[in-house]
Amino acid sequence: MHRKAYWGLGIVLILAAYADSGSFSKPISGDDRILQALNRLTFGARPGDIAQVKAMGLKKWIDLQLHPDRIPESPLLLEKLKPFETLAMSSKDLVRNYPAPQIVKQMVAGQIPFPSDPDRRLLIQKMVKRDEAKQGDNAATPTDAPERQKLAAVLTPDEVRRLRTGTPLERLAALEAMPHDKQDDVIGALPQGMRQGLFAVAPPDLRRRIELTSGPAQVVARDLQESKILRAVYSNRQLDEVLVDFWFNHFNVFLDKGADHYLTTEYERDAIRPHVLGKFRDLLEATAKSPAMLFYLDNWESVGPSTPAAFPRGPNAQRRGLNENYGRELLELHTLGVDSGYTQKDVTEVARCFTGWSIDRPNLGGSFKFAERRHDVGEKIVLNVRIPAGGDQKDGEKVLDIVARHPSTAHFISRKLAQRFVADDPPAALVNRMAQTFLKTDGDIRAVMQTMLESKEFWSVGAYKSKMKSPLEVVVSAVRASGGNVDFANALVNQVAQLGEPLYRKIEPTGYSNSSREWMNTAGLMARMNFAVQLSGNQVPGVTIDRTAAITETALGSPEFQKR
Amino acid sequence: MINRRVFLRNSALAMVGAGAAPLWLERALYAAGTPAPRKKILVAIFQRGAADGLNVVVPHGESAYYSLRPTIAIPRPSSLAEKRGQCAIDLDGFFGMHPALAPLKPLFDQQHLAIVDAVGSPDPTRSHFDAQDYMESGTPGLKSTESGWMNRALAKPVGKPSPVRAVALGPELPRTLRGAQGAVSMQSIGAFQVRDQQAAAEFQHMFEASDDPVLQSTARETFEAMAMLQSIQKQPYTPAAGAEYPRAPLGESLKQIAQLIKADVGMEMAFADIGNWDHHVQEVGQTASEGKLADLLRTFGQALSAFWTDLGGRMQDVAVVTMSEFGRTARENGDRGTDHGHANCMFVMGGGVKGGKVYGRWPGLAPERLYEGRDLALTTDFRDVLGELVSRHSGNPSLQGVFPGYAPKFLGLV
Repeated sequence: MHRKAYWGLGIVLILAAYADSGSFSKPISGDDRILQALNRLTFGARPGDIAQVKAMGLKKWIDLQLHPDRIPESPLLLEKLKPFETLAMSSKDLVRNYPAPQIVKQMVAGQIPFPSDPDRRLLIQKMVKRDEAKQGDNAATPTDAPERQKLAAVLTPDEVRRLRTGTPLERLAALEAMPHDKQDDVIGALPQGMRQGLFAVAPPDLRRRIELTSGPAQVVARDLQESKILRAVYSNRQLDEVLVDFWFNHFNVFLDKGADHYLTTEYERDAIRPHVLGKFRDLLEATAKSPAMLFYLDNWESVGPSTPAAFPRGPNAQRRGLNENYGRELLELHTLGVDSGYTQKDVTEVARCFTGWSIDRPNLGGSFKFAERRHDVGEKIVLNVRIPAGGDQKDGEKVLDIVARHPSTAHFISRKLAQRFVADDPPAALVNRMAQTFLKTDGDIRAVMQTMLESKEFWSVGAYKSKMKSPLEVVVSAVRASGGNVDFANALVNQVAQLGEPLYRKIEPTGYSNSSREWMNTAGLMARMNFAVQLSGNQVPGVTIDRTAAITETALGSPEFQKR
Repeated sequence: MINRRVFLRNSALAMVGAGAAPLWLERALYAAGTPAPRKKILVAIFQRGAADGLNVVVPHGESAYYSLRPTIAIPRPSSLAEKRGQCAIDLDGFFGMHPALAPLKPLFDQQHLAIVDAVGSPDPTRSHFDAQDYMESGTPGLKSTESGWMNRALAKPVGKPSPVRAVALGPELPRTLRGAQGAVSMQSIGAFQVRDQQAAAEFQHMFEASDDPVLQSTARETFEAMAMLQSIQKQPYTPAAGAEYPRAPLGESLKQIAQLIKADVGMEMAFADIGNWDHHVQEVGQTASEGKLADLLRTFGQALSAFWTDLGGRMQDVAVVTMSEFGRTARENGDRGTDHGHANCMFVMGGGVKGGKVYGRWPGLAPERLYEGRDLALTTDFRDVLGELVSRHSGNPSLQGVFPGYAPKFLGLV
C-alpha cells in the first residue's frame, strides 16, 4: 500500500507538472502575498513582521530590500558581531594572528614574525610552551591524567577542587576571581568537556579567550559560521543575506581545503558580498581573481605546458602542466551550465587562457598575482572567439567577458535564481523573461531580481509555499519565528550541520542543492523534529526563545514549517 | 525448548571462540538450525575522492610501477621482519596489499576476500562529481538517470516490505539509494528517535494529515523505521568476539550495519561512505606506513576486519563491496601525490565470496598500455562486479532494470 502511495505521488507530480502553467498564473492575494515575500526574501518571518510590512507597504518594503544600503543595519546585530574581529581582517593578518600549528612552528623558527599585538604574541608563546609540555607528558606518562597535573601546577589544591566539582556557574566564578594571565593558563589546562561547559555560561570576552586558548586557527572558521547564523537571524538587510548565501553557494569554495581555511573570510566579504545585487561580470571576476577560488580549483598551480615554468630545474624537479579544474567548473557551474554546447576543447582553451592566474604564497594568506612565466602565450579559440597570441593576464579577462555575456549564462543564472526564489521547476516563460533582462542590462542582478519579483509567477499559487526549506533556512527561521535570542551561535551551527548542510564545508564545487528534494530524507526529517523539540524546550545552548511568542511547540516541527 | 542443534552450535562456537571458528563449521551449524532462508544483505562502501588503487593493490611484479613512482611506490614485499609494515604484503607473487591493510590479509588467505583490479567506470570523466554520480546511478555517461542502482536492485516487495530494507548511514540519502523503493538514511540507530514521545505522536499525526505527498511519504518511512528500531535502541550494542571497530565514521557506520543485520529487521541493502581519498599531495610519507593514504587505509582495513569478526557466521548472508569513483595517475606528481586517473580496484568480502584471488585482466603499466598515456587502463566494468552481486548474491534476476543498457559479464566472484 505504501508503494502504491509512492506511485500515486509520482502521478500527482506528473499531473502537477502539466498543471504548472495553470497554478503559476493563478494569483495569491492579501496576507499570502506578504508571507510569500517574507518566505522568499528573508530567512523567515518573525512575530510582527507581517504587520510591519503591511504598514510600510509591500512594494516599498521589497524596493528597500533590493537596496540594502538604504536600510540601517540592526544595532543588535552589530553589537553581537563586535567580538568577531576576524571578519574584518585580511587573510594575511588572519594567518599571523590565528596561526595554525605549522605557522606557529615557523614563528618559533624565526621564519615568520610573531604578531605585533603583545597580547596575541603572549598567547601564542604560551601555546608553544603548552605543546612542548604536552609532548613531554606524552613521552613520560602517557596514561596518567595530565590535566589534573597541569591544573595542580597553576592552582592551589582548593582551587582545583572547586573547578573540578563545582557547577559550571561556580567554575565560572572561580575562574573570574583569578588574575588574567592565570586565567589563560587554567583555561589551557582544562579538559575539553569542562571547557565546553564553561563556554555555555561565560560572557562574550571570556568565551573568546576560551576559543583562542583551545586553538586559534579554529576561531577563524567559527567566526565565519557563527556570524552567518547571526546575520541570518538578525540582519535588517535580509535579502542581502539570502543572496550572499545564494552566490557563495553558486561560487562555492571549501573551507577545509588547505589554505582556504584562511582565504574564505576575505572571499565572502570582498568577492561575494559587494556584488550580490551588482553586475554579474564584476562578481565573476572577483571570484576568478580571489585566492580562495584560485586555490580551491587549483588554478594557481596551472602552468602552460610549453612555458619555461613547466620545466623546473633541480634533482627532483617534475614537469608541470595545465590544470583544467577551474576552466571546467567556470563553464559548467559558474556560467554557461552543463550541456550548453561547449566542448572539451573549449575547456582546455579556457584553462590555457588562465595559466599564470596564481597566488603569491597562499599559505601565508597571499593575494592574487599574475605569474608571467607560467602563462601560455599562444593563440586560443574560446567558444568560437579568437584570442590572439601574445596575450597576458588579459586572456583570462577576455574569457570572462565572453562567458559573462553569453546567452547560455543569462539563461543558466536566471533559472538558478528562479529555482531558489520561485519554484523547484520554475516556468520556462519566467526564466526566459529574466534571461532577457540579464542580456539587456549587461547582467545586472538587481534588474533580473526585479523582473522576477514583478512576475505573476512569483506571486502565484504554484510558487506559494512550494519550496522545502534548506537546513540553514529551517534552523534560522525557527529561531526567528519563536522570537529567539541568540547569545552564541555555535550550537545552531552544529544543528545546521546535523541536518546535512555544514556551513562553508561543501567539498564539491557544485555547492548545496538548490532543489528542495535533496533535503527530504528520513535522517533529515528526524533531525528537524528533534531540533523543534529542543528549541521549543529551550535546550539549544546559547539560544533562548520567547515562550510567549505565538508559535506553539509542535508547530516548529510541523510539515507546514518545513516549507517556505 | 532449546533444541539440541542450537545447543550444539553454541557450544561448538564457544569451544573455538566465535569469530575465530572456521566459516565452514559455523555454516554447517547455522544451516542445520535455521528454518527459513534469511534475506541476503549487500553492503556497499563508497571511497569518495578517488582512492589510489595502484598503491592499495600494489603490482609489485611490474617494474614500470616503480619507475613511474620513484618516491611514492610501495616497496616490494620483504621477508625481513624489520621491513614488514613498510612493504607490500604479497598476495599472489605479482600483486600485494598496502601494509596498512594487514588486518585484511587473513581474510584473503581464508578466501573470504576477493579483489578486482583494473576495474571502474568506462566513462572518461575525471570530475569527482560526475564520476561519483555515474557510479551511484549505475549509468555511466547518462546524467538524466534519477534513481540509483542500489535502489533499483531492491526487488519489488511481496507484501509489506521492511521499513529498513535499505539503509544509508549518514545525514543524507545517497544518490545510489534514491528511487521508487523505500530507503532510509540515519545518523545512527540510537539517534533515530524523536526525543519527546508526546511530540513524536503529534508530529506523526500532523505529517499523516499533510497535503504534501513528499513530506507525507518521507514521514511515513521515518516513523515506520523508528517503530522498527525502538526495540534495538534500548540495549547498548557490544560487538561480538571482541571485534574492535576503529574510532572513525566508517567504523561507526559498519558497527551500526552489523547491529541491524543481527537484529533481523529485514535489511537487504546498506550503504556507508568514507571520504578524503583525493591525495594530490603527501599521499605517502617518508615510509609506506606513513602519509594520508596509509592513515585512511588503516581505518578502512580495521573497519572491514572488525565487521567480519563481529558478524561471524552471519557473514554467510552478507557481501560487502567497495568502490571509488576513479583511480589516480600511474605517474606520481611533483608533490608526493597523484592526480585524477581512470581504472581502480574493488574489494568484495563475504561468506559466499570466492576470495583469495585478484580478479580481472591486468593491462600493464608500460607507456603504450596506459589509458590516455597516463592512467591504469580499464579492463573490467564496475557493473560486472555489482551486477554479479545483485544477481547471484541478492537474487535479483532482472539486471536489465538495474543496469539499463548494459549486460554485466560475471567474473565468478560468488
